[in-house]
Amino acid sequence: MFSDFVDELSKMLTRDQILTAKSELIPYESDGLTAFKALPRAVVLPEQQSEVVDIVQLCHRYSVPFVARGSGTSLSGGSLPNTDGIVIGLNRLNRILSLDIEQRIAVVESGVINKNVSDAARSYGLYYAPDPSSQGVCTIGGNVAFNSGGAHCLKYGMTSNHVMGIKAVLPDGNLVELGGSSLENVGPDLVGLFVGSEGLLGIALEITLRLLPIPEAYRTVLAAYPSMELAGDAVAAIVASGLLPGAMEIMDNLTVRAVEEFVNGGYPIDAGAVLIVELEGESSAVEEEFVNLQEIVSKSGAYNVRSARNEIERSLIWKGRKGAFGALGKISPAYIVQDGVVPRNQLGAALAEIDSLSQEYGVRVANVFHAGDGNLHPNVLFDNKEDGMLEKAEAVASEIVKMCVRRGGAITGEHGVGMEKRHLMTDMFSDQDINQMLKLTNEFDPKGIANAGKMFPVDRLPGI
Amino acid sequence: MLEPKSVSEVQEAVNTASTPMLIRGGGTKTALSTSSANGTVIDLSNLSGILEYRPEEFIFTALSGTSLKDITEMLVENGQWLPFDPPMANIGSTIGGTLATGLSGPGCYRFGGARDFVLGLEWVSGAGEIISGGAKVVKNVAGFDFPKLMIGSLGRFGIISEITLKVFPNMNSFGTVEWDCGDIDDAVDFVKEMTRTPIDLFALDLESNGIVRARLGGLSTTLNNRLERLSEYRDGAKIILGDVELDLWEHIREFLWLPDDYSLIKVPIMPNLIPQLDKCLTNSKSHRKYSVGGNVAWIGWSGTTQEIDTILSGLGLGGLLIIGSPETPWLGTSSTISIFADKVKSAFDPEGRFLPL
Ligand SMILES: Cc1cc2nc3c(=O)[nH]c(=O)nc-3n(C[C@H](O)[C@H](O)[C@H](O)COP(=O)(O)OP(=O)(O)OC[C@H]3O[C@@H](n4cnc5c(N)ncnc54)[C@H](O)[C@@H]3O)c2cc1C
Ligand SMILES: Cc1cc2nc3c(=O)[nH]c(=O)nc-3n(C[C@H](O)[C@H](O)[C@H](O)COP(=O)(O)OP(=O)(O)OC[C@H]3O[C@@H](n4cnc5c(N)ncnc54)[C@H](O)[C@@H]3O)c2cc1C
Repeated sequence: MFSDFVDELSKMLTRDQILTAKSELIPYESDGLTAFKALPRAVVLPEQQSEVVDIVQLCHRYSVPFVARGSGTSLSGGSLPNTDGIVIGLNRLNRILSLDIEQRIAVVESGVINKNVSDAARSYGLYYAPDPSSQGVCTIGGNVAFNSGGAHCLKYGMTSNHVMGIKAVLPDGNLVELGGSSLENVGPDLVGLFVGSEGLLGIALEITLRLLPIPEAYRTVLAAYPSMELAGDAVAAIVASGLLPGAMEIMDNLTVRAVEEFVNGGYPIDAGAVLIVELEGESSAVEEEFVNLQEIVSKSGAYNVRSARNEIERSLIWKGRKGAFGALGKISPAYIVQDGVVPRNQLGAALAEIDSLSQEYGVRVANVFHAGDGNLHPNVLFDNKEDGMLEKAEAVASEIVKMCVRRGGAITGEHGVGMEKRHLMTDMFSDQDINQMLKLTNEFDPKGIANAGKMFPVDRLPGI
Repeated sequence: MLEPKSVSEVQEAVNTASTPMLIRGGGTKTALSTSSANGTVIDLSNLSGILEYRPEEFIFTALSGTSLKDITEMLVENGQWLPFDPPMANIGSTIGGTLATGLSGPGCYRFGGARDFVLGLEWVSGAGEIISGGAKVVKNVAGFDFPKLMIGSLGRFGIISEITLKVFPNMNSFGTVEWDCGDIDDAVDFVKEMTRTPIDLFALDLESNGIVRARLGGLSTTLNNRLERLSEYRDGAKIILGDVELDLWEHIREFLWLPDDYSLIKVPIMPNLIPQLDKCLTNSKSHRKYSVGGNVAWIGWSGTTQEIDTILSGLGLGGLLIIGSPETPWLGTSSTISIFADKVKSAFDPEGRFLPL
């Protein structure tokens, strides 16, 4: 049966587009969450949109499960393969199809790397706002599937707020075009539903993005605090003042030390917490806001405040923040990147609880997060060669998210549910809520072949 | 007609109503909420009240029949607002009706529309179940984004009962620069230029007579300088401030320009298509305003629905009839139901207890 399927595949693709040898499959066995591994039966690498459609139609006909994969940087096991299915690698679908500078629109194929969109638009004074820390690697298709965010989503919103149209192939092989090029829409927001659907409703082929004018001016402030609480309070004070910074990020001492070692950016390594606040926009407005910001920060208990004086200093600050995950990799053999959200007034209490969990279980947790919107990224550090440590780390990570929900928050702010958090969906949603999601997947994917096994608790999974 | 006052009464109503049910908020969007079929009207104007408001979190939760007016008053007291400028607040629109129709005003140019402010929703399904999506925090990607799907769903998927929105700190002050570009072609060219300015425009509108208006908001201390700078983009700029400025935008947002007996039609569009659409409508009895940097056309129409439907189809545009006679609200290309929408409808309303798409 599967060999018939592969025979048909080889009629539509060239040999180098189909990988079946174990050595070729191994690079695809996990994504950014390496604790989960599964070897697919084959990997296919389409180069044209029409090839993706043909492949999906074939999968539908043979009931072969498929997992779409961009760059495999998912941190929730979203692109983990099915052992009885194939991976559809979309990296070769990497054309920027049009840049409409006058109307500020880019149409891209789904395998285009996030940062390449901004790079292509830069000389026209435009950029693509959502900036996941992985933006140099991850694809727009992956961003769409997860509704990915980034440091600057505080002001400009997540991927969903920047996608106007999507061309996609549904799990039954139907080709659809959702939305269009306009910022406005009539009728149900189908684009809004597709974004964040984690590959369960089909594969995005072509995506229409909104570009923004590059901000004229930035003011980036780095403030060092003796404790996380004080940094958290400073965030609350900034939010309450009515300022709307482009980004507000916090790193704890463990992270700061790791980062400093990595980038030598002059980060204060003795700080209990470092807060980065960035104002951006029109020069005169930013200067005015900067005066207000300095006043708030000066009263917030920071013992050291520094502003970037030029673009080099600014990028050094961001290099540290965006390189934080990599830096942590140097101080710990393994770690789990957790992702949860709490209401902003709960930040201090949530961090204190994370600290006590860390002590209780005897595992280190390094915090680096999008403070402005209450999106925590506690990184649970562990040694994977030591017996039982992975389980311990997973337990802490899981406790942290449950705590977020208890405090009125969410199990994921940007990394998605994927494999990692499917068992936590019931903490956040009722049976009826989950049933409605299942009814939807069932309409789109009656055979349960699109990214099967993800998002829903095991006992609620639509079966094949 | 049934008029539930609580969510449990909505559930009861759903169980007793004859179908297809028509959901009504404030009843202000006549083309969408006037009954024409033989089903029951479910009027939600009594399902109102703020359930939770945490100003320091910039979030509130309200029942869907709460009027925009009540919400705005509550927010203003705390120096906050909904920057997407929900339209028709003065005439009694509800927050549920606004979201179900997917309507945003000129301010959505800067911060996004209704869809970008919804964090969580709860609705009553055709089977009388309460279902929810999203969460009461500003960032969340768990599960499908049902709150977004419900935006613009016109009561076809369920009865929205409860809504959580994020809000923003109020702008300190506003100012507008107005130019008369002479005709629509020149106005569109100018608008395209303005969409790329580094100046943070809050709204950018144009009219069929060639008038272009750009709105700024922010701290009062820098506003004048910013307006001066904006004026330099083109000769003949006129700066408008104070109450006159506020009234000007209210006139637009509340559709006070729409003559009695005219229909109101919303058409998503791109700047480049505006001259063509405008020319097709020049000889008809119509008023045209273009908002959101040329991304939406608001057409006041005195002809028949059939006529405008044909015009829009000819241009490959879709539209929604908002005020007018309650026939089918979908015009032009939006009247074709996609396979995708059809599947969603089957998943949400398998028994067809609500109006068809
Ligand atoms: C160092 C590091 C930093 C990160 N920082 C951030 C951050 O700041 N913010 C953030 O939100 N995330 C972050 N991430 C997570 C990750 O980068 C994002 O989730 C990203 O969007 C994944 O893109 P990808 O191309 O790697 O997708 P993959 O990992 O390949 O796939 C992700 C999911 O999308 C599906 N998918 C992929 N392509 C398509 C398509 N065309 N159509 C439909 N479904 C598709 C897959 O099946 C899978 O479920 C980070 C990850 C790393 C490793
Ligand atoms: C120029 C102009 C002048 C107007 N003048 C007047 C006027 O003088 N008097 C007046 O009354 N109105 C007037 N209106 C109409 C109006 O104010 C808007 O259409 C208003 O925003 C509608 O909101 P609503 O709550 O009234 O929604 P409704 O019109 O009640 O409903 C709109 C749509 O949303 C659906 N819906 C509503 N609530 C829900 C829910 N909770 N769940 C699911 N679906 C729902 C309905 O089924 C319908 O499809 C005017 C509009 C314009 C443009």
